[in-house]
Amino acid sequence: MTDPTPMLELRNVSRQFKVSRGLMKGSATLKAVDDVSLQLRRGEVLGLVGESGCGKTTLSRILLGLMPPSSGEVLVNGQPMSAADRKARARRIQPVFQDPYSSLNPRKTVSQIVSAPLEVHDVGAPADRARVVAETLDLVGLPRRVADSYPGQMSGGQRQRVAIARALVMRPEVVICDEPTSALDVSVQSQILNLLLDLQKELGLTYLLISHNLAVVEHLANRVAVMYLGRIVEVAEAASLFAGPRHPYAEALLASVLTPDPGMGVPDTQLGLAYPNPIDPPTGCAFHPRCRAATDLCAAKRPETLRDAAGLVECHLAAPAPLPA
Amino acid sequence: MSEAILKVEDLRVSIPVDAGTLNAVRGVSFEVKRGETLCIVGESGCGKSLTSLAIMGLLPRRARRDAAALSFDGQDLRGLSRRRLSRLRGDRMAMIFQEPMTSLNPAYTVGDQLMEALLTHRRVSRSEARARAIALLEQVGITAAERRLAQYPHQLSGGLRQRIMIAMALMCGPELIIADEPTTALDVTIQAQILHLLLELKREMGLALVLITHDLGVVARIADRVAVMYAGEVVETGTAAEIFSDPQHPYTRGLLSCIPVPGRTKPGEHLGSVPGVVPSLVGDFHECGFRDRCPLAREACARPVGLTPLGEGRAVRCVLAETAEEAA
Repeated sequence: MTDPTPMLELRNVSRQFKVSRGLMKGSATLKAVDDVSLQLRRGEVLGLVGESGCGKTTLSRILLGLMPPSSGEVLVNGQPMSAADRKARARRIQPVFQDPYSSLNPRKTVSQIVSAPLEVHDVGAPADRARVVAETLDLVGLPRRVADSYPGQMSGGQRQRVAIARALVMRPEVVICDEPTSALDVSVQSQILNLLLDLQKELGLTYLLISHNLAVVEHLANRVAVMYLGRIVEVAEAASLFAGPRHPYAEALLASVLTPDPGMGVPDTQLGLAYPNPIDPPTGCAFHPRCRAATDLCAAKRPETLRDAAGLVECHLAAPAPLPA
Repeated sequence: MSEAILKVEDLRVSIPVDAGTLNAVRGVSFEVKRGETLCIVGESGCGKSLTSLAIMGLLPRRARRDAAALSFDGQDLRGLSRRRLSRLRGDRMAMIFQEPMTSLNPAYTVGDQLMEALLTHRRVSRSEARARAIALLEQVGITAAERRLAQYPHQLSGGLRQRIMIAMALMCGPELIIADEPTTALDVTIQAQILHLLLELKREMGLALVLITHDLGVVARIADRVAVMYAGEVVETGTAAEIFSDPQHPYTRGLLSCIPVPGRTKPGEHLGSVPGVVPSLVGDFHECGFRDRCPLAREACARPVGLTPLGEGRAVRCVLAETAEEAA
């Protein structure tokens, strides 16, 4: 909390794609990310949740600098990202992807995979690199003897540890974890989550945790941003979001979490209709066709973004949070 | 009424490998009644998927299946000809696979594949089959269902393909569905919707469901009975309530400690874990299969361990249960 400059900041960031409607039908514009302003604070774990197609992955690609925004600004440590070159950015921000089976090159050994960033950035002499790689393997709980193994010889959990080691070898400040445990078994998932927690404390890392597993988000995140059709519709402290979401969509998402309680049945989220087509978003509030509390106003007018002490919410029905006493 | 529609007794699946015989499924037994949901829980490599393929007669060619009994609605599935089996599959018993891209034919439209089962097994017109396909797509939450029928699998997202697989399994109104991780790849909202649909079919049509999953949340919410598998064996069985409130096997307890539960696990604190890895499945076990990873392992575990019955439909494969049994 000493340095109030956010690690990463999105200012009115949008990203559009041209999508073909089919042969001879011309193209349409898909707003994958629509005027998003969001801060990633130093040392926090920010959870980003939403259904597939809501723009989570596009947002993470913009943050990683893998894709330029169509408009808006990305600030790294208060500096515009465009000013810093790609390499400088990659030193500070590293990804861990969902699938440790496809995100690691099967023809490279573990030590080659983990040292690749060092080579790309031309850090250290070869001997130093070997030492840094060995230290990083220790850090993520991999025995040093796996350094000469290939990903194909390893289990899913070990591979994800390799992916984490590759992300950490440059000692970045921010790690963007995109569904880091979705492809893993339950007992392996818990090991990776424990590891991510330890690393965060030990290295003072900042995480953006993208996940559709809300139980995982609740366990790791300090704050949570809820995304729907390219917009951030709610941001709140994790504890208060899970205790009482303000946006009806966040409420429905939380209701669909299946806790291991036998006899409780499957909750009816009341979301009814399927996720809308992002090429053809609904008028007004994009969530209104699925919202159980929608009024005529919601269909006609897009709600203003309400920013207050509790965070952010974008809903006609939300009242400002009372000021802290 | 309470007659079991599916009976599996001492099912074994073995695959010859260079090092010997890989015993992937080691004597699994269970029954499923009409209107009942059995969840088979376990992690990668525990044999849960091969168990389902073995029941459906869909094992890879080099795998060998043995069973003391394997019957569907009183009909022995073991000696059934390919033709008789094909007549059952897709009609009275259906399977939902984990990987939709490998189970859908890329050369046919979604509509053709959906309608195929109904046109093969029933005397219906194409337009009737089409109407049913559209209705089912809508039930699994697919919008613009009519337009989807003309599309090919590669034009659809993974979530849509998965839901099409589910609709396909439901086309003929099967009495038994075996579903292998049917909702794992889906959003929580769609997952809830599909589980709702399956529960409704179970209630209204008496659908029997064997659901294979590692998602303990799903298991708790929809299972009547649960079988926990580890290293090719069933290590614990019971009702969902028994498994979740009174787990007996150290592996079941370990699994339950691994999952974060909002409101119960403390955010930011370490979750439980099951250290170690699954043992090699080549050859026979000469000790308890979980011994290497068990926090309670002792001398007595150094021999193969059988299932100890603890009551109606309740059993556990652990020496601690055996000794408790003797003491009682």
